[in-house]
Amino acid sequence: MPNDIVLSMRNINKSFPGVRALHNVDFTLKSGEIHALMGENGAGKSTLIKVLTGVHPKDSGQITIAGCAKEVNIKSPQEAQNLGISTVYQEITLCPNLTVAENMYIGRGNNTLVHWAKMREKTSELLDRLNIPARATQQLATCSLAVQQMVAIARAVDMDCKVLILDEPTSSLDEREVEKLFSLMRELKSRGVGIIFITHFLEQVYEVCDRITVLRNGELIGAYDVKDLPRVQLISKMMGKELDDITDLKNSRVSHARTGTVPVYEATGLSSAAGTRAFDFKIDQGEVNGFTGLLGSGRSESVRAIFGADKITGGKILVNGKPVKIAKPRDAMKRGIGYLPEDRKQDGIVDDLSVRENIILALQVMRGFFRPFSRSEAEKFADEYIKLLGIKTASSDTPIKSLSGGNQQKAILARWLLTKPQYLILDEPTRGIDVGTKVEIQKLVLKLAEEGVSVTFISSEIEEMLRTCSRLIVMRDRKIVGELTQDDMTQAKIMHTIAGEAAQNG
Amino acid sequence: MGNRFQRFRKSQLVIPLFALLLLVLFNAFRDPKFFSFNITVNNDGNSVLSGNIISILNSASELAIISIGMTLVTACSRGQDISVGAVAAIAGSVFVRVLKEHTINWPIILLAFVCACLVAVLCGAFNGTLVAGFGIQPMIATLILLTAGRPIAYWINGGATPTVESPLLGNIGSFIPGIPIPTPILIVIVFAILVSLVLRLTNLGLYTQAVGINERSARLNGINAFGMKILSFMMLGICVSIAGCIGVSRMGLINHETLLLDIEMDAILAVAIGGNALSGGKFSITGSVIGAYIIQALTITLYAMKVPSTAVKAYKAVVIIAIVVLGSPVVQSFFLRLRDSIFPKSVKAEEKQAYAE
Amino acid sequence: MQNNQNQPTEYQRVSLREPISNTSLLLIITVCTFIGMYGTAMSVWGGGFLNPQQFLDLFNNNSFLIVVSCGLTIVMIAGGIDISVGGITALVTMACVVYLDDKGGSVAGSMALALGIGTAFGLVQGVLVSYLEIQPFIVSLAGMFFARGMTTIVSVAPRTAEHELFLTFKEFRIVIPGIGSYGKTGNFIPARIELGVVIAIAVVILVFFMLKWTRFGRNLYAIGGNSQSARMLGINVKRTRFFSYLLCGVLSGIGGYVYLLHTGAGNAGNASAAEMQAIASAIIGGTLLTGGVGNVIGTLFGVLSLKTINNIVIASGLREPYWQSITTGLMLCFFILLQSVILRIREGGLKRD
Repeated sequence: MPNDIVLSMRNINKSFPGVRALHNVDFTLKSGEIHALMGENGAGKSTLIKVLTGVHPKDSGQITIAGCAKEVNIKSPQEAQNLGISTVYQEITLCPNLTVAENMYIGRGNNTLVHWAKMREKTSELLDRLNIPARATQQLATCSLAVQQMVAIARAVDMDCKVLILDEPTSSLDEREVEKLFSLMRELKSRGVGIIFITHFLEQVYEVCDRITVLRNGELIGAYDVKDLPRVQLISKMMGKELDDITDLKNSRVSHARTGTVPVYEATGLSSAAGTRAFDFKIDQGEVNGFTGLLGSGRSESVRAIFGADKITGGKILVNGKPVKIAKPRDAMKRGIGYLPEDRKQDGIVDDLSVRENIILALQVMRGFFRPFSRSEAEKFADEYIKLLGIKTASSDTPIKSLSGGNQQKAILARWLLTKPQYLILDEPTRGIDVGTKVEIQKLVLKLAEEGVSVTFISSEIEEMLRTCSRLIVMRDRKIVGELTQDDMTQAKIMHTIAGEAAQNG
Repeated sequence: MGNRFQRFRKSQLVIPLFALLLLVLFNAFRDPKFFSFNITVNNDGNSVLSGNIISILNSASELAIISIGMTLVTACSRGQDISVGAVAAIAGSVFVRVLKEHTINWPIILLAFVCACLVAVLCGAFNGTLVAGFGIQPMIATLILLTAGRPIAYWINGGATPTVESPLLGNIGSFIPGIPIPTPILIVIVFAILVSLVLRLTNLGLYTQAVGINERSARLNGINAFGMKILSFMMLGICVSIAGCIGVSRMGLINHETLLLDIEMDAILAVAIGGNALSGGKFSITGSVIGAYIIQALTITLYAMKVPSTAVKAYKAVVIIAIVVLGSPVVQSFFLRLRDSIFPKSVKAEEKQAYAE
Repeated sequence: MQNNQNQPTEYQRVSLREPISNTSLLLIITVCTFIGMYGTAMSVWGGGFLNPQQFLDLFNNNSFLIVVSCGLTIVMIAGGIDISVGGITALVTMACVVYLDDKGGSVAGSMALALGIGTAFGLVQGVLVSYLEIQPFIVSLAGMFFARGMTTIVSVAPRTAEHELFLTFKEFRIVIPGIGSYGKTGNFIPARIELGVVIAIAVVILVFFMLKWTRFGRNLYAIGGNSQSARMLGINVKRTRFFSYLLCGVLSGIGGYVYLLHTGAGNAGNASAAEMQAIASAIIGGTLLTGGVGNVIGTLFGVLSLKTINNIVIASGLREPYWQSITTGLMLCFFILLQSVILRIREGGLKRD
């Protein structure tokens, strides 16, 4: 039935300078379905959504929406809203200081006066109808995050949306809240709203979705009914390897781990305020190991706990066999631990400072407040590493914010290499950078291991981890669910462990 | 050479230096004798330099010193301290209180200064704790001392405005016998050298900027952001106490109501005119000091043009608005677009990128 | 999560406790503080505090501050700051006196002049802050300098209004029937308020209405709460911000006229430090400088509290003027810390939810 289709996108192309983000992507959304959009980082999910909501203009392709005879050309988020496309983002875009009712109605309509009673009444009705546990008169900030998310959805619903996009709405919610969100989604589904659901949690996809569209590297891999696509196959499609291919792909790398000696770092029962379950972890000298799991599985939180980046709530730590206290990053740095954070923009670069200052920052801090490097020393260090890592920059004086993502990442890497760490944590060092740089970084990791540096490597691309790591710690739902070494380390096995199913082909 | 010129053209000092140059040219055309120096003999029988330039440099001393500290606070805490005038009054009162109870000689003056300094640093630590510890905005946190500061100064001297009679104090406030340059100018020079030494010998600049630009990242690199913020307020305290003591020495008395009145406004202005963002981050102390001298040069120019001292503020306001409007990113990108449309090819891709956002 | 049966469901929890909004909570604290303070003063020192006239004099003497603080509250709710209000007040008093006495102007003309000056400042500052995106502190600092400078350009010497009709308005008192006090000879002196108080109360009510019941008023809260979100919700952030400064300018003009109605004098030193007192009043009244939270009723009580504490200090025998400022500072410190702690606890509680 063609009437069923609320949204169809055909042959969408979109390029950014140097990157082809979307290549002939098709996407179809039926009314009354929950449609998961899946793909690893850089697959093009968010670009597709941004094209649809008018944040980025498309290069070519057609978008048609039920109710509009012609194809539509969406130029701004406002326009998308008028066409009935509403988006609810991971971070809540409502005003926390206003009441629930106001958040539903502010910025809409042309009344000069606010009809509180009417607004409250209509809101209460809607909240009741959608089973949202909030009061119309309640201040939004006093609602839990899940409820705030639901209010945002309710606003979208009240604006008569036909297409509702939920962009990772569950990443900050707990199980109970997710369940509530799902019942709301099912409710909307029964009303005939088409929902596009983006998430990194596989269980959620299988719990609530009807169809799945998988993207990889900006291309459409396919659209499937949920019942036709088992988890392992979904993961293999997201990662781009057919199961048959990957079962026999062994890693060819040699372990440099010197297992006989005392571990460089050992923790028992480590937990932090960021919400990871207490875990045990150790790494030998020259070992490269990795945390794997999907985004949001707690892998970043775990390594942050090792570095003392969040408040440590418990656990014992031994460095080189000696008990130490790591309460803040400075303590970890003093023990020769380096940490390249996942969020380069928020946690990594200091954007207005020059490349040189960014490179020497960590070593400078370790050296002490009263012993700054002279300009020539700093320049020598910076130039050395700019050359060593091939950082493309006009000069070491250029502000780091004007560099490309890959070069920024290399500069941050240079910052930690400069401190000559005995243990280096790299959280997604290859995210959002070009292929050439990715390979360079992997080679560098192996070279470091050869020189006796221990490395913990995290990447969304399992292949990268297979190429570099000798031991993988698998995480799901903020806890460690398995540990794989040597022969067990095949993509199939990893995927099965992530998916939480018994290995079939392993 | 060309490279260096390029770098200068993009530096934040362009607009302040240009403004200063305009002021100088304006004065040179208006009255060629404006920049002449005279040697006169003052009351104490010293031959001293006088002239408009000397009086600009001299009377901007307190402002220049305070704006140095204000720059650090702005860069680090992303806000401004509006209590500096009041804290200067407190420091000045402590200075006078100590002097009054002893026979005045150089060691006692030093002691008095150290006491004043300690009290001002304590005030800075109070402000800093509110800002860094309680997360209160700097302007609100320092509003407390702005309100209570001058009365506290009054109370320190038991509710009087005491005078301190000593030729030694005159040495600080006006001239040291045999040296024809006013002492405050020398103090500024010495202090500026000290500050640049501190910036060179410590990581103050790097840490402050890192905290101001990206606090999270700074913390992950082992910088104590909390400590840096308090430190910046305490450094401002030192600056304020020096300025307060100069102010007291000029008069030989402490008037808690008028000592460095409204200097907080001028100091924040100096920081802004110097091309520093009031929202923190990268800073240039040179810029702020130039800003301080621009403000003073403007004032003296207006005086020379027979503008009554009370009306100077109105003209100052017009100049300030002109400078900040020119510096506003919105206006700059407008001009760039204008240039784009008139001379389509003259814009370098690099610049376009810089202004794209 | 495990003992799901024992816990109330989310529905029950919502209906069990109605969380109070930050705005109302801070307002309640301010009002209680004021009532507590005044009540204590009445029972401890009696005397003047029991005299209704002294209570009304709080309004008589500070009507202009109430008006000006209302304007500042609007700007602060929208997340901005305006420190030019004191300067504009002074300029308006001086300009109006000179206009009335030297230029032979009418009272209506002087009112128009006051409004015109306020509007002009508001317009310029609004454009500079919201459309040219210059820091509000610097813009209004320049505004303050300009206004203070212009005041002395209009007239350096203090001036006193001699315009007859104006003086009639100035001397006009509204008698509050039924309340008053007995003089030394036993005669009944009814309590009276000035014309300015009526204007001030009218302004408070109008601004309260605007903030609560108009779309514009709610938009102010929205952009102060989160301007990014506000834009996503379809609010014209720049225009809203512009009007907040415009309104503040207009109210400063009115405040200037009210000041003139109280003192009848133009003086370059008029309303000195009024901007800081207004900011302090707004903060004590529960307006946050970060924006999005605040209430003009709170601001009214902020002004009253600020002035009552001064009366209390005097009544308790600390007659030196510096004690007033020190206690004001302490009170400010108390409220700032209290707000910071309360908001932090609430945020913390929310995270645990």
